[in-house]
Amino acid sequence: MAEEVVLLDFWPSPFGMRSRIALAEKGIKYEHKEEDLRNKSALLLQMNPVHKKIPVLIHNGKPVCESLIQVQYIDEVWHDKAPLLPSDPYQKATARFWADYVDKKIYEVGGRVWKTKGEKQATAKKELIETLKLLEKELGDKPYFGGESLGYVDVAFIPFYSWFYALEKCGNFSIEAECPKLIAWAKRCMQKESVAKSLPDQQKVYDFILEMKKHFGIE
Amino acid sequence: MAVVKLFGAWLSPYVYKVIWALKLKGIPYEYIEEDLSNKSPLLLQYNPIHKKVPVLVHDGKPICESIVILRYIDEIWPQNPLLPADPHERAVALFWIKFADDKSPFISKLYRTDGEEQQVAAKECFEMLEVIEGHALVGEKKFFGGDEINMVDIAFCSVAHWLGVIEGFTGLKIFEPHKFPRLNSWIQNFKSIPVIKDNLPDTDKMSAVLKRRREMLLASKSS
Repeated sequence: MAEEVVLLDFWPSPFGMRSRIALAEKGIKYEHKEEDLRNKSALLLQMNPVHKKIPVLIHNGKPVCESLIQVQYIDEVWHDKAPLLPSDPYQKATARFWADYVDKKIYEVGGRVWKTKGEKQATAKKELIETLKLLEKELGDKPYFGGESLGYVDVAFIPFYSWFYALEKCGNFSIEAECPKLIAWAKRCMQKESVAKSLPDQQKVYDFILEMKKHFGIE
Repeated sequence: MAVVKLFGAWLSPYVYKVIWALKLKGIPYEYIEEDLSNKSPLLLQYNPIHKKVPVLVHDGKPICESIVILRYIDEIWPQNPLLPADPHERAVALFWIKFADDKSPFISKLYRTDGEEQQVAAKECFEMLEVIEGHALVGEKKFFGGDEINMVDIAFCSVAHWLGVIEGFTGLKIFEPHKFPRLNSWIQNFKSIPVIKDNLPDTDKMSAVLKRRREMLLASKSS
């Protein structure tokens, strides 16, 4: 049976990027549908009625929602190529723990860096650096969080790298100065075609953030 | 020496999720009660990032975060599986487990807050119940897992037990059986499962402790 894979997406979404990377790693052909979030398609509302959010992966007509669940689904269904999760249950649990940590921290704290100013922004910047340093420590001397090859945590985390330039400009700080090993890891990931093709240009993301700030009336 | 240890706190729904999973699979374990106002050095060593319970220690190796623990347990001990085998059905189950995990903290906010903050939490809880009733429980299933409970049923435990207790002493009325008939049936069914029924925190004790906690929290806010 011919496989039909569709990804409902929005180009600056780090969550959408995760699924793009996973699909590319496995060499899966899919139809990429860009959503206008101010005018969501009937398909999106039908496939994700609970949250009405992207990304949504549609495989042979059946939807999978939530980016990390999509990555795990892709890894299970197309299991014979480029495995993302380790097979050892304890290592798998460790990978899930760190992906969950990225999920809980980076988006929310990063959001506060560009949405706030003054003392609130200073606090957000401090928290972000602490979070990134913890991840840097977990990476250690490994080339990737997944070890010798790109893994689940790498896929979960690398999309946020495309937002770093925007956050640095908004917060007037340097992430590389604080976390050089992490930036080295990010650049290593960007050498991979699956990642480079899936992440938008950082300047484009910054322009998008500036537009969002104007829209929400944030200086 | 116990191969499986569980660090927990008797009030925490996250801890009960792990207890039920271990009991459903027949896994013996040693339980260590933590005083969350005075965490043991061992807990802080095993969970330095979040410093929370539950923590499962298997053959000396710690696993943290309740859903990560549940999935680990399900993989190591495959008897009485807690997730569907079919990848798409499993993805749907994981979607509801994440939903439950993301929304359940609003239940505890009901007793930790008052005024407008509490109203917001109450609204979030009500909307959560509406989604469960309208989207998760369709198809006249006895449980989210079908004829038997699975990880999704376990994930929604706060709705089944903690919400009622908190509504009781705060005077809030969010869940009403006639407004949520499917959910009402599910709650009755879920709480009659022996492993669940025999392993739930006592409601009077819970009420007393959470009420006192609420008084202390609100007093410290206004001072």
